[in-house]
Amino acid sequence: MDMSTWSRPQMAARVAADIPEGWYVNLGIGIPTMVADHVPLEREVVFHSENGVLGIGPAPPKEMVDPWLINAGKQHVTLRKGGAFVHHADSFAMIRGGHLDLCVLGAFEVAQNGDIANWATSENDTAPAVGGAMDLAAGAKRVWVLMEHTTKEGRSKLVRRCSYPLTALGCVRRVYTNLAVLDVTPEGFAVVDVAPGVSREELAARTEAPLRFA
Amino acid sequence: MIDKFVRTIADALADIRDGSTVLLGGFGAVGQPSQLIDGLIEQGAKDLTVVANNAGNGRVGLARLMELGRVRRIVCSFPRSAGSVVFEELYRAGKIELEIVPQGTLAERMRAAGAGIGAFYTPTAFGTQLARGKETREIGGRQLVLEYALPGDVALVEAWQADRWGNLTYRKSGRNFNAVMATAAKLTVVQTQHVAELGTLDPEAIATPGIYVDRVVHVPYGDPPV
Repeated sequence: MDMSTWSRPQMAARVAADIPEGWYVNLGIGIPTMVADHVPLEREVVFHSENGVLGIGPAPPKEMVDPWLINAGKQHVTLRKGGAFVHHADSFAMIRGGHLDLCVLGAFEVAQNGDIANWATSENDTAPAVGGAMDLAAGAKRVWVLMEHTTKEGRSKLVRRCSYPLTALGCVRRVYTNLAVLDVTPEGFAVVDVAPGVSREELAARTEAPLRFA
Repeated sequence: MIDKFVRTIADALADIRDGSTVLLGGFGAVGQPSQLIDGLIEQGAKDLTVVANNAGNGRVGLARLMELGRVRRIVCSFPRSAGSVVFEELYRAGKIELEIVPQGTLAERMRAAGAGIGAFYTPTAFGTQLARGKETREIGGRQLVLEYALPGDVALVEAWQADRWGNLTYRKSGRNFNAVMATAAKLTVVQTQHVAELGTLDPEAIATPGIYVDRVVHVPYGDPPV
């Protein structure tokens, strides 16, 4: 199948374009972290990191790295003007207390009812790393997922029902993939936008869950 | 005169007993009380329960403590990372117990312990594996999970500045779990980069007041590894 799909930077840019000025936003590790690169500094979006940094700025050039300033993925970052440091319980109070306007997460699977699975790939894995994923998914005002539409093997990651262990129930509002942007509605996935060169039929063929087109 | 400074790390850790629950501050290499952890390795206490965000890296620090067979149980949110080789070995061999806790629940359980709260209800983890067997309840239309306070016998903390009353400041993202853990243990031991004269720390900038702190050692080790 020869389709023109969105690249990862394009996916990140698409999410970034949908974030209004003034929002407080947590970006999960992986592709979601790239979203910050596409929000210009003059559009004031305040990025939060679970390890107690509110107001994360762009990555520093190598010679400007501050060893005391890292993000949740343990990468070195900067603090922008107006930024603040807090301790872990306060940082998670921001998350769990519903103070974040948005959290963008990666995922293994998203179900048509908004369930998300993004921390463990098997019921039998007894030592998976959850980190802050469950707090973010349950606590943020809205959860958007940014992920590839299918696995490397071509299996749909948008599913009727998650097969992997759940991170949280019914919390995902919107999904951005390399093929489409979809809202999670009471009636299931509703297609908002499709990558250029991808037909409705191709999208439906690559998606396990049923789709509604506007 | 109050003076919480002790001369050596050995003095600071002298009476930690076998079977203790030890809270270890830090997130990644930032804010990690590395020299106190090395001191705990020297000190010899065993059969420990360790509470930390990660399950150690490489073969030093917490990983070394585990490798020596001194940790019976670890409570953390992110056991697996690129460098968690020792944990993986011990876990696969059934030589260490693991309790995985969502990171915010982990922090809040210690905050609760420090604030005299026995347990609390939270939506985090509802309907997931990590809530299995736990009491749940609907409050205000939300499904919540009961989580218990997590107190420590000892907290090991890294600070940027400390005065002799044990007032502390932290450095940037080094505050992380340190300020929470300092409130949650019977004995809070601090290693500090800098020593401040009493009265010179800005009262508005003190993140951990000395009431939470028992012992302080001056360890000017420099910056975390980049």
